[in-house]
Amino acid sequence: MAKDVRLLETALVPEAALAAFAAAHPQAGGIVSFTGKVRPDGDVEALELSHYERLTLPGMETLADDTLGRWPLDGLLIQHRIGVMRPGDAIVLVAAAARHRRDAFQAADFAMDHLKSDAWFWKREKRADGWHWIEPRAQDHADRHRWNQDTDLAP
Amino acid sequence: MSVTLVFLGKLADLAGAPERAVEAPLDWSSLVEALDGPLGDAVAGEKVRVAVNGTVLPEKTALFAEHGDEVALLPPVSGG
Repeated sequence: MAKDVRLLETALVPEAALAAFAAAHPQAGGIVSFTGKVRPDGDVEALELSHYERLTLPGMETLADDTLGRWPLDGLLIQHRIGVMRPGDAIVLVAAAARHRRDAFQAADFAMDHLKSDAWFWKREKRADGWHWIEPRAQDHADRHRWNQDTDLAP
Repeated sequence: MSVTLVFLGKLADLAGAPERAVEAPLDWSSLVEALDGPLGDAVAGEKVRVAVNGTVLPEKTALFAEHGDEVALLPPVSGG
């Protein structure tokens, strides 16, 4: 099974997920992973991610298929939290297992850029004065756009 | 005979609930009519997208939903 895509309502434990992923792909020459966490800065007390059942997981599955179609990977892992998280909690984990390192680095980078800008999640933060919805960041769209321009990054 | 509206992100706050039932059939003008005030303005704004039964419409003004359909109103995402 090349792809493993999940939405998690409870704690994402990157160490355990990566150990299982590595065990599932013993033939891989290397594994690149990225863990995104709730940034412990400012006065943010909590962060909540909401999703839409009919779009969010299907969209992540499509992204995984696109990523597997662009690079020769042995496996791709995408785990994303929903619900309420605290600073320091893991939100997202992407791991790519491949025969060669560049494919793994690029696939993980590609999947993260698209998760940040395209995936169906809505985020709000709780600060001392209550909950605030977070607007999309222009930087996330610019990061994703690199993949349209930089065609030599793709195989 | 009704269509279920699903409000995502801050639209749920504006609507006061995550879901609402409206009369079927529903097209774009009857949707905008059903949602007044800041909620209607937000949904009509260019950044909000519309999905019917899990399929995002390329052009939301082409909306047409019948009894039993689920219409999701999707503000810009802010994930990851």
